[in-house]
Amino acid sequence: MPEPLRPRRRLMQPSVIPGFGLAFGYMLTCLGLIVLLPLAALVARASGLGLSGIWEVATDPRVAAALKVSFGISILAALTASTFGFLVAWVLTRYDFPGRRVVDAVVDLPFALPTAVAGIALASLYAPNGLVGAQLAKLGIQAAYTPLGIYIAMVFIGLPFAVRTVQPLIVEIDREIEEASATLGADRLHTLTRVILPPLIPAVLTGFALAFARGVGEYGSIIFIAGNLPYVSEIAPLLIVIKLSEFDYKGACAIAVIMLAISFATLLAINLIQAWSRRRFGYV
Amino acid sequence: MRAGELLALLGPSGSGKTTLLRVIAGLELPDRGRIIFGGDDATRLPVQERAVGFVFQHYALFKHMSVAENIAYGLNARKRPGRPDKAEIKRRVGDLLDLIKLSGFADRYPSQLSGGQRQRVALARALAVEPRVLLLDEPFGALDAQVRKDLRRWLREIHDRTGQTTIFVTHDQDEALELSDRVAVLDKGRLAQVGTPDEVQEAPASATVLKFLGDTIEVEAIAEGGRVFVNGRPTPVAAPPGLVGPVKLYARPWQLRFAEPEHAHVEGVVRTSYRTQGRQRIEVDRAEGKTVVVEAANSARLAAGRPVGLQIVGGHVFAD
Repeated sequence: MPEPLRPRRRLMQPSVIPGFGLAFGYMLTCLGLIVLLPLAALVARASGLGLSGIWEVATDPRVAAALKVSFGISILAALTASTFGFLVAWVLTRYDFPGRRVVDAVVDLPFALPTAVAGIALASLYAPNGLVGAQLAKLGIQAAYTPLGIYIAMVFIGLPFAVRTVQPLIVEIDREIEEASATLGADRLHTLTRVILPPLIPAVLTGFALAFARGVGEYGSIIFIAGNLPYVSEIAPLLIVIKLSEFDYKGACAIAVIMLAISFATLLAINLIQAWSRRRFGYV
Repeated sequence: MRAGELLALLGPSGSGKTTLLRVIAGLELPDRGRIIFGGDDATRLPVQERAVGFVFQHYALFKHMSVAENIAYGLNARKRPGRPDKAEIKRRVGDLLDLIKLSGFADRYPSQLSGGQRQRVALARALAVEPRVLLLDEPFGALDAQVRKDLRRWLREIHDRTGQTTIFVTHDQDEALELSDRVAVLDKGRLAQVGTPDEVQEAPASATVLKFLGDTIEVEAIAEGGRVFVNGRPTPVAAPPGLVGPVKLYARPWQLRFAEPEHAHVEGVVRTSYRTQGRQRIEVDRAEGKTVVVEAANSARLAAGRPVGLQIVGGHVFAD
């Protein structure tokens, strides 16, 4: 007697796309080996200190100052990169001008450049005797070897993220939507703020998150321009390197874990805001 | 264009009907000519000040706004002194939602609506600003046949109730003839004819207008003494005064009858036949190679391959 068909509990809805098991397993393996394993090793190493030990490291004045510099300036730089990145993406997609493709390619350069090269270039440019630095010095502003320098370097490396995340959405803006707005009597500003910008917010947030994450983790391009003064312009990744060179592996791991925790919390928060804004704007 | 009327701009694709509509709206600039609204020259007026309502083929709703916000958009966009207060806007939106029969849908988003519902919202959004003229660009083009029919009838109702001066663009003859007070037929960017649906059907201004308004059979004919002869046999079609010599006769599928060979104007072989809505349509391959469609009452089917003769019982004549 054939067994009656019983509904089988499934992990996912049946789909015409084959290979779910294989793809899912492959995805888990890759994610585990490439991303989670190193992070787990890091946490395991730091856990030798215990929570109180990590707390002690975190509240060490020099570490706390470095964390403040890293995260504070990253946020400011990501804000700037998002704003300018949006403008760059806007101009590149909405207007046709000679050399547009060249400019479009230039946007990606910070991606491709070895970060140390970028750091040296920025440092020589903004140093008090550099091309831009000399002009700034006349105004009484010192860019290189101050937190301002860190900010400049972070904006530089964060910009392509901000541009490339919004660009595809700006390309997709429907001309008819703008025309509809105009026939309803709205002026350009109203159209821009009420019709064009709101659907772009999730993408702008993604760009912000990426630029922020890159800024927090950046090392090479910053240390050349930062001056690396403890308590003033010392970034947390540098402090990790210093601890490592002093063979204080546990201390280095502790700072790393703290950075990891703060970064994860920030990115999670941004993701939640994004999910909310996607729902708010009515598309999945 | 008369105030309060529903005018259809009809033409094949590429005839310039959408361009004309966009010029009227101010979305495109005319190369020459003027746009006059009720005696005022609006040619140089920017879109925002023209007070037109424009409905796009693909709705162009604001996806991130709810239905109510979409409809209220034009009112909210007004500058301070001319803007109605919140309660007034809410009332107007409510009235319009009733009009488009979507009262319970105020807080939905466009992605949660069907195509027909979206187009109704787009219409309400355009009506909200009380435009001087409502412009519809192939408003039913993206919808399926049944929804199209319902919306057509509904648009006619709304027009009758509001008396809103309306121009709509379509390439669908039935839609234009059913819906409009007057039809303007465009051909290659030129206005070929303007008239009531009856006028353009009974007295088409040119062969192009005639051909565009429905299926036609085209036959070589000779005009002589006010009568038209096909294949040497007289037809009941009268030739316009002054038209003599070789002409073209155009007949509709229902202006053909099956006839004995000695009375036939056209001969051919049945290719296929099918029934549609109480009538029978028969495709006949003519001896010269062209296929014509004949419409007849639903009688016995004609077998494919059977030779038949066709008699022309009506039609229009134009110079060759």
